[in-house]
Amino acid sequence: MAYDPIHQFHIEKLIPIEIGGVDLSFTNSSLFMALTVAGASAFLLLATRNRRLIPSRGQSAAELTYQFVENTLKDSAGSAGMKFFPFVFTLFMFILVANLWGMFPYFFTVTSHIIVTAALSLTVIIVVLFYGFWKNGLGFLKLFVPSGVPKVLLPFITLIEVLSFISRPISLSIRLFANMLAGHITLKVFAGFVVALGSAGFLGILGAILPLIATVALTALEFLVAALQAYVFAILTCLYLNDAIHPGH
Amino acid sequence: MRHKDGKSDPQAAEDAALSGRLRDLDKRLGENRAARGRGVDERPEPPRAGAALAMRMAADFVAGILVGAAIGWGVDQLFGTWPWGLAVFLLLGFAAGILSVIRTSGVARAPAGGGDGFAPPAKDDEED
Repeated sequence: MAYDPIHQFHIEKLIPIEIGGVDLSFTNSSLFMALTVAGASAFLLLATRNRRLIPSRGQSAAELTYQFVENTLKDSAGSAGMKFFPFVFTLFMFILVANLWGMFPYFFTVTSHIIVTAALSLTVIIVVLFYGFWKNGLGFLKLFVPSGVPKVLLPFITLIEVLSFISRPISLSIRLFANMLAGHITLKVFAGFVVALGSAGFLGILGAILPLIATVALTALEFLVAALQAYVFAILTCLYLNDAIHPGH
Repeated sequence: MRHKDGKSDPQAAEDAALSGRLRDLDKRLGENRAARGRGVDERPEPPRAGAALAMRMAADFVAGILVGAAIGWGVDQLFGTWPWGLAVFLLLGFAAGILSVIRTSGVARAPAGGGDGFAPPAKDDEED
């Protein structure tokens, strides 16, 4: 394995399962998804076990997360958006905890695979579409027809709006996946430099100091990115839900 | 604990300071509640909003172009119009990408402009 920066993303079958010709194996990816769910649930359950008026540190952290998502949702989708709170909070916690699990050495990063992020973003768009049409009927299509545009330009603008709508799930999934993938590869490459240079004698060890500093700095950056990506995913989900709740007025 | 060695009457001074702080807190809480009631919760921007904005813009732009290219290619395959579908839809996708970016940055307003009390702050005013 040595310094292969891609090796960390390999999917390995832990328990091979095959039902009716469909490969349903329990892989390392499944294991870390289960760990993510377990981690998020354990954090929230343990933190809120002994509820007090004056919160303990853990309870405070859990309340902070709750309020953060609540504020994000209310700011972008209004009070009517609160019925989607469980959905947005689940997405936020899943992505956040999955990203943070990925920060452990030798752990697998679930969100570095585009199939996972694509599934998450498609869920968001499907919820937006279904709720939008269910609540507003065909009025939801007003989303694509901006008002106050000259008649000549209207078909053209509508086409651009539709394209912009279709690009949402793609940008949502690509952003999360690309950030996690690129960050982990960079980290691995720089850490590999340290080892490679360090084994090349005294001058090599001197030379390894720079990549070591870079690795430490990148680790900090990756923690920021891990939280930031969860936040961006949550806030965009809120904005898209807002479109479904109040389309084009 | 400023009056550690107790000059005049540390207990009284401390009590006064505490009740002063309590009143202050009460006042601020009241203001906050009133603001929430009106729906103008003036929460300070989270410090990472700038970085979040940057990431959104980059991905939105690229995704617009990708979608345009994919649809154009698909149209060409279906109707045999190579290369016109790709050319036209690539440009449209480019336009969609730019549109997303300027909306995210708040330069352009969303299609019909919000303003129903739920209107998000300018930075989030994307496709209302």
